[in-house]
Amino acid sequence: MNIVEKILARASGRDSVSPDDVIFAKVDKAMVHDVSGPGVIKVFDKLKKQGINVDKLWDSSKVWVAEDHFVPSAEKISAENIVKLQNFTKNYGIEKHFKYGMGQYGICHTISHEEAMVLPGEVYVGGDSHTNTTGALGAFACGLGHTDIAYVLLNGKIWFKIPETLYFKLNGKLPDHVMAKDLILKIIGDIGTDGGAYQTMQFGGSGIDEMSVESRLTLCNMTTEAGAKNGIVEPDQKVVDYLTKRGASNITLVNGDSDAEYAKVYEYESSEMEPTVAKPFSPENTVVVRDAPNVDLDKSYIGSCTGAKYEDLEAAAKILKGRKVKIRTEVLPAAISIYKRAMENGLLKIFLDAGVTVGPPTCGACCGAHMGVLAKDEICISTTNRNFPGRMGHVESQTYLSSPLVAAASAVTGKITDPRDLN
Amino acid sequence: MKGNVIKYERDNIDTDVIIPGQYLKIHDYAELATHAMEGLDSEFHSKVKEGDFILSGKNFGCGSSREHAPIALSHSGIKAVLALSFARIFYRNAVDGAFLLPIEIDENAYKNISEGDEIDIDINSNEIKNITRNQTYQMKPFSEIIGKIIEAGGLFKYKPD
Repeated sequence: MNIVEKILARASGRDSVSPDDVIFAKVDKAMVHDVSGPGVIKVFDKLKKQGINVDKLWDSSKVWVAEDHFVPSAEKISAENIVKLQNFTKNYGIEKHFKYGMGQYGICHTISHEEAMVLPGEVYVGGDSHTNTTGALGAFACGLGHTDIAYVLLNGKIWFKIPETLYFKLNGKLPDHVMAKDLILKIIGDIGTDGGAYQTMQFGGSGIDEMSVESRLTLCNMTTEAGAKNGIVEPDQKVVDYLTKRGASNITLVNGDSDAEYAKVYEYESSEMEPTVAKPFSPENTVVVRDAPNVDLDKSYIGSCTGAKYEDLEAAAKILKGRKVKIRTEVLPAAISIYKRAMENGLLKIFLDAGVTVGPPTCGACCGAHMGVLAKDEICISTTNRNFPGRMGHVESQTYLSSPLVAAASAVTGKITDPRDLN
Repeated sequence: MKGNVIKYERDNIDTDVIIPGQYLKIHDYAELATHAMEGLDSEFHSKVKEGDFILSGKNFGCGSSREHAPIALSHSGIKAVLALSFARIFYRNAVDGAFLLPIEIDENAYKNISEGDEIDIDINSNEIKNITRNQTYQMKPFSEIIGKIIEAGGLFKYKPD
């Protein structure tokens, strides 16, 4: 069995599973945020009216809550959703609630790794599609809607069809100017936004072994954009060290068997990878940066669970050090812990000296919610994950998806720029 | 189940156009419905009628896990979406929450059913009759678990064997 089959066999109490088997898997961790949480509350209210007992969760200690999409609240509906969420966690005795304005908080997927909320080999479900991110820690991490999450919170299990696995093998270490974001954009460009539909996308090979945990998180994050059920990397010592540093203990690594089966294997050579962007209006609409259209950008956005981890900020700072931005540029670290490290290590000064505005952690403009959305006809280069029509604001605005290096280089020139071509 | 078709002849209709991100804070279903399909078709809300179906191409509902997407369509009156294929979270949200039926169709049905056609979907015989054009197409049968959840009326009413 491969790693996903092994995790799901264990979680369903079976000796083995194969693709297409339908199982009920015991869940180890579950997450809701300020969009899916109020959805769950609404489902609970409906169940209560039907006479179904919703007084207790299956295990409050395994549930955690993030405030990320609509914080800081821009208007009263969002503010009220946060109050609802806080009452919910209080009523059900959920202790792990990362609150805006009270120390560590951030985008749920970033909290999942910054706070070691999920461990290798676990089944982790979240009420958000980018829950796939956390598969980089060697867990089965999968996004669900709020009805499914409500079911998990009450029953501690959920149904899955065992996915086939696509294996993406990267040979050799990525060159300095190429980031994991470029690789995942290239892959989505190759297989399309339904190229991984209902399947697992697993990443391996010497290039992945060489990669930092944070880069692997970027890869798994955007498996969602290929339609995948989950993304995963087999855990190694780097994952153990990363999680241990963040307070985890009793880590057991689950790995696939040497004769594991994959539906298809794709091979990529690191030496052939180039800085890449996805043009509007789809993540599959990719082109290498040097062939990108010569458009005048209005904005550069360095934020989100995809592109505002510490490593992403470090990459942007490397470019912006001693330079000035030519267009409106925002950096929003994805969690307070990252914000703090960026401050301690001088990154915030580099950003501010370059003319960048540094904002608080939030999903904010990534999903067109608030805090810096785009006007009609505005063009943005962004380290986020989606560029569908209207994704970051007006339905006639445009977003190019890129790595933090490319977003920073483009901020300096006002054009889509390969970091190698900066003076 | 009979109804009229609203056709979007394109692939990859994503959740950002089905219900734009700025509305995710809204949990009043009637209000959500007024913004359904806003990112693609500003006329949708005024033209949709109770019992209508949407017909579209590949990978319908790709993108986010927002259950707001099937909810906004369902509360607009849409009873089924017919598509060449579906993105996984939209598909399972539609079924587990019992909001609408996701019906997988083939190229033949996709090409031959037009905007405004009256069709009759029979999920027992897996047949779609086009009453307007007097044609019949096959739909892809639901997998066993999906069929059982639909029959039960959603995941909470489904009792695993």
